[in-house]
Amino acid sequence: MGEELKVIVFNLGSEQYGVEVDKVKTIERMMPMTRVPKTPKFVKGVINLRGVVVPVIDLRGRFGLKETEYTNDTRIIIVNAENLEVGLIVDAASDVIDLDADGIVDPPEVVGGVKAKYLRGVAKLADDRLLVMLNLSEVLNRSEIVQLEQIYE
Amino acid sequence: MEINQYLTMFIDESKEHLQALNENLLKLEKNPEDLSIVQDIFRSAHTLKGMSATMGFSDLSSLTHEMENVLDRVRNGQLAMSSAIFDLLFKGLDSLENMVQDIIDGGTGQMDVSGTVAELQAAANGEGSPRASAENRDRNAADLALDQYQHSVLQQSLDTGHFVHGITVTLREDCVMKAARAYMVFDTLERHGEIAKSSPSVQEIEQEQFDRVFSLYYITKEPGDKIADLIRSISEIERVDLETIDKKALDALVSRQSAAKAASGREAGPLQPSGAKADASAAGKRQQAALGRTIRVDLDRLDDLMNLFSELLIDRVRLEELAGEIRNAALSETVEHMARVSSDLQNIVLKLRMVPVETVFNRFPRMVRDLAKSMNKKLELIITGADTELDRTVIDEIGDPLVHLLRNSVDHGIESPEERIKTGKSETGTIHLRAYHSGNHVFIEIQDDGRGIDRGKVLDKALKNGLVSPDKAETLTDEEVFQFLFASGISTAEQVSDISGRGVGLDVVKNKIESLGGRVQVVSAPGTGTTFSVQLPMTLSIIGAMLIRVGAEKYAVPLSSIVETAILRKDNIRNVHGQTMMDFRSGLIPLLDLGEVLECPREEAAAAREECEVVIVHKGDKQVAVTVDELLGQQEIVLKPLGKYLSGLFAISGATILGDGQVALILDTNALIK
Repeated sequence: MGEELKVIVFNLGSEQYGVEVDKVKTIERMMPMTRVPKTPKFVKGVINLRGVVVPVIDLRGRFGLKETEYTNDTRIIIVNAENLEVGLIVDAASDVIDLDADGIVDPPEVVGGVKAKYLRGVAKLADDRLLVMLNLSEVLNRSEIVQLEQIYE
Repeated sequence: MEINQYLTMFIDESKEHLQALNENLLKLEKNPEDLSIVQDIFRSAHTLKGMSATMGFSDLSSLTHEMENVLDRVRNGQLAMSSAIFDLLFKGLDSLENMVQDIIDGGTGQMDVSGTVAELQAAANGEGSPRASAENRDRNAADLALDQYQHSVLQQSLDTGHFVHGITVTLREDCVMKAARAYMVFDTLERHGEIAKSSPSVQEIEQEQFDRVFSLYYITKEPGDKIADLIRSISEIERVDLETIDKKALDALVSRQSAAKAASGREAGPLQPSGAKADASAAGKRQQAALGRTIRVDLDRLDDLMNLFSELLIDRVRLEELAGEIRNAALSETVEHMARVSSDLQNIVLKLRMVPVETVFNRFPRMVRDLAKSMNKKLELIITGADTELDRTVIDEIGDPLVHLLRNSVDHGIESPEERIKTGKSETGTIHLRAYHSGNHVFIEIQDDGRGIDRGKVLDKALKNGLVSPDKAETLTDEEVFQFLFASGISTAEQVSDISGRGVGLDVVKNKIESLGGRVQVVSAPGTGTTFSVQLPMTLSIIGAMLIRVGAEKYAVPLSSIVETAILRKDNIRNVHGQTMMDFRSGLIPLLDLGEVLECPREEAAAAREECEVVIVHKGDKQVAVTVDELLGQQEIVLKPLGKYLSGLFAISGATILGDGQVALILDTNALIK
């Protein structure tokens, strides 16, 4: 047995993804957002999270997937990684589970349209479901935003 | 303690007098004929002398007395002001400042001023400067008075075939860790020999209680050249003077010293009082808190206060809205009263942290004068906007970058008088140092009328250092090219001078300013001069702002950047060279559609209507009219950072939370004005 990991499970399209609990600050329902001009399309704006202004990105857009309408299940997961506090919009947040760190294997090239560099690995759950672990520092990589901005310009 | 009360007064007043002396001396240097300035200086010096004598600071008063004597002869026309006399007076002034600083730090204000006093006496007696400088050199030697024991040690070393070197090391003026450098010198020397004596003492050097110069006697088997080279290999050393002492010189030295001692009538060697001073100042520091009518407060506590207050302010706005909805007279009245109290409170909280840039600018006239003098350049520094206020934390950090930029202008910007005359400029160069508010920012500009920056030279260096590819180099704007100046390793000075040209410096300046959330820009025209413009955030946490609506979005525009608001009728719009302009007063100013600039989703552009509202904003003296859909009114807003993830945004300087909980972005209108 390897290290025990507590993981928040959320849905994006047909896949289930996970982020470590200790990187998640809170999970919020959708709330009013203020658009920030001249930012990449996946940056949806900023929210007022109890007095703190937090930027929010649409994870679908970030991964280049098709963005969908927000529903009652849509959640904003506020993560804190690499000293950045950012909200991630996901289709739904479903579960908290324990995971054996040894059970995580390297991800294939592409999972559900998401490139491998954004992924930390894939874990097999007890009921044969696959859980894709996110590599948050890549997802929040700012140098890539700068490049994207240049393309948008 | 009774005396403390007077001490505070003495310190305050002597500081004022010293500042006045400094300013007036600089003025006098420009108009040496103006005897009324001499009168002012004389009066300040006289008061200072009286005050320090009353307080028992005898060194302070004796030095002032000699300065006064010189000035007196000048006033009576018996002595003409020469640059040597100015240098002497400035030197005296520096000593006075050091002594007063020592008193502020709780010391006794004692200092060995006999050298300066002697020079001043010589000047007052109308003797020329060459002698003064000779005496100056002697003074260094005199500082190194040897006692009997040390003398015999040196003598024995000479007998056993060692060399004895008298070494004087001068550190560079910009040396940051003087003690560390001095330690490196000592460490190096101790590897090859033994230090017999040093002045100031090792303890004082360790505590950085020395200016830039220290002297020592050194016993070694190595020849002088080698030792001097060893010391020079340590960085930030300006000068090493090494004199090898043989037996005869040693005897001469001792006899001269005893003569000097007898002449000055001091019983103790000059080293001793300064040692005593160190003890006294350590004891005095504990008393320091009792001095003055101010108290020191940790900046963190002020930050906490500010944060709490901003929370309160958001609630206040919310309360005002609720009271407006409920329409209960008693409630409205209470809320109104609370609003008044909180705005008073806000003024106080904000002012606590603000300091005028004057505190930084003060030392520049003198610094520029000394620099110009050392480079044989003529120039004038004109300061405007010294009362502009900046947050304390920014003030603390901005001094060094500004010193760098000023040095840069003096060294690279302003040409030598001969060169200036050749190019048809006036002999005296001018450097403007300006500070002003614009929006949420304070701008500090350093503008010289010198030779300007050679675009080609900068590009050459950038290409050589691989900062840009040759094919791209052609397409760069001047602005972009000049930004290479801030890359490390770039200097266009052909010769490395003491002041600048080693290619370190401007990159440090840029880093520092950016770490403060600011920006540096360079504008330069060959032959006519260069302007460095530093944009700094005021880091005010609360500002007055105008809320505006564009499409469905709300933005806040800082009141400080708004000139006025106006109604724009369609027939007032003009097209000039493809740029939309607006008739405003008697002129035309550029018109910007904010919705377009911010890419707002909306149905129609505001300017397409018959009438729309515009906000006229400014940066310095440039103005731009910005169309908006609606002016929502003024409000006090609390600045919130947008978070690191969204740094470097265009035209957005931060965010604020409105009374209804929504986030509104704060416009940085400076970005809209080119």
